[in-house]
Amino acid sequence: MIDILRSEWTKIRSVRSTVWTLAVTAALMVGLSALLTGSMKSTADGPVNAEQAIAGSLLGIMFAQLAMATLGVLVISSEYRTGGIRTSLMAVPQRLRLLTGKILVFTATSLVVSAVASAAALGVGLAITQPPSLPTNDVLMAVLGATLYLTACGLFGLGLGTLVRHTPGAVVAAIALMLVLPQVATQLPGAWGQRIAEYFTTNAGLLLVGQSNSETLGPWSGFGVYLIWVAVAMIAGAVLLRRRDA
Amino acid sequence: MTAIRATNLSKRYGGTAAVADLSFDVEPGRVTGFLGPNGAGKSTTMRMILGLDRPSGGSVLVDGRPYAELRHPLRKVGALLDAKAVHGGRSAHNHLLAIAQSNGIPAGRVREVLEIVGLREVAKRRVGGFSLGMAQRLGIAAALLGDPEILLFDEPVNGLDPDGILWIRTLMRKLAAEGRTVFVSSHLMSEMAQTADHLIVIGKGRLIADTSVQEFIGRSSQGYVRVRSPRLAEVAELVKVGELHPDHLRVTAMSTLEIGALTARAGIPLEELTFVQPSLEAAYMELTKDSLEFSA
Repeated sequence: MIDILRSEWTKIRSVRSTVWTLAVTAALMVGLSALLTGSMKSTADGPVNAEQAIAGSLLGIMFAQLAMATLGVLVISSEYRTGGIRTSLMAVPQRLRLLTGKILVFTATSLVVSAVASAAALGVGLAITQPPSLPTNDVLMAVLGATLYLTACGLFGLGLGTLVRHTPGAVVAAIALMLVLPQVATQLPGAWGQRIAEYFTTNAGLLLVGQSNSETLGPWSGFGVYLIWVAVAMIAGAVLLRRRDA
Repeated sequence: MTAIRATNLSKRYGGTAAVADLSFDVEPGRVTGFLGPNGAGKSTTMRMILGLDRPSGGSVLVDGRPYAELRHPLRKVGALLDAKAVHGGRSAHNHLLAIAQSNGIPAGRVREVLEIVGLREVAKRRVGGFSLGMAQRLGIAAALLGDPEILLFDEPVNGLDPDGILWIRTLMRKLAAEGRTVFVSSHLMSEMAQTADHLIVIGKGRLIADTSVQEFIGRSSQGYVRVRSPRLAEVAELVKVGELHPDHLRVTAMSTLEIGALTARAGIPLEELTFVQPSLEAAYMELTKDSLEFSA
């Protein structure tokens, strides 16, 4: 397995799209944090409290999640686009081992970059808003939550990429499932409609970073629900990867 | 041990059979040409050998095992399928490094194969800018990475200039001479005539011939004797069994010796008396004419 991890690391680090998508993720996190907390500070009557400051600092996650998902998609769809997937499968014919290698390398990369980007976004946002009191636990939880959430979004992309095998198709699927349909779901009528909306992909996942509301799910249970969505996409992709001709 | 053994191998896509009940062995120490018109099922067969496509029926073993069961398969089998199937953004070196690492092949081997294929100078360049000839060399470098006993090349000379063709031909001969198994597909008989020792010919997914190159020629058509003379009509009358063309006489039932003796006795001067070997191309056309997917 270590061989496959080294190989996948070489692949992911040696293309520009990795650098670009990660840079965009970080730029969106930090840039939007500065923009939003700046306007928060200037429009607020009194001091901005810690909870608002943290939420404002992490608002960029709404966009950064798509950059991470795109990188996740590209990790496998770029191999389908070029035909390089055949070279990869000739080298590692046990297909699930290949996919596992991609998942592990992507997860590690994403955790590091997301943690740095989230910490930077919070640092900038908190420096601008200067909340009067700042519980350390809340800040650490926010960094941890954003890091895990962004990584889960990337894995959602990787699962969809494995399933769809086609970059534009998988990116559109990711946008639909992560951004459009969760909004549409909130318009569903009745108690059941509300329940569906709360459990729908990012609506549940964003509870971990305090960017979503739910009456039935907490931050961690919400994230758990999101991980189930991610797992379903990944397992469906894995089953098809095993079965289909390359 | 037989390097590659296909047994009743079949592949169906929907209702169409791309490969049907194909059985053959590929032996080490020689270049085996895998020949057939476009669409005959050569690439599909190669993909099944490499575990990329799943057979609809039958099986194919590499060194006695299914490809997917090989541990570090690249150390056993090297293959060039589609030279352009590489991520254009990666450098030649990194492309090969990722492949090498996946099979525990030391990084130093990357430099070696780049040297062998003559790409050392451009190792750091992004492969997206490579010409087809360079991409083909890169694909061959990838196939050689694991120093494998078995090599598969799918249409390796397609789109290459004469230099490149000669280089690949020489390389394949050398690899076979080292005792390796070389299995190379082509739709060009003329190419195989110069490279292969043995031929496996398929058409419409079925086996047409599994034979040595010499036998293949002999089996399908005969040679003939070409005679030219200023008094061609007289020669034709003399030998009786010839077929008269405007500028020469074509004789299949007599040897050069017999024709020469006959015309000498009659005192007819000759400009040419040659035994013409049937071309492999002609033999191939003859054999596959019924199995062309599309014919003009």
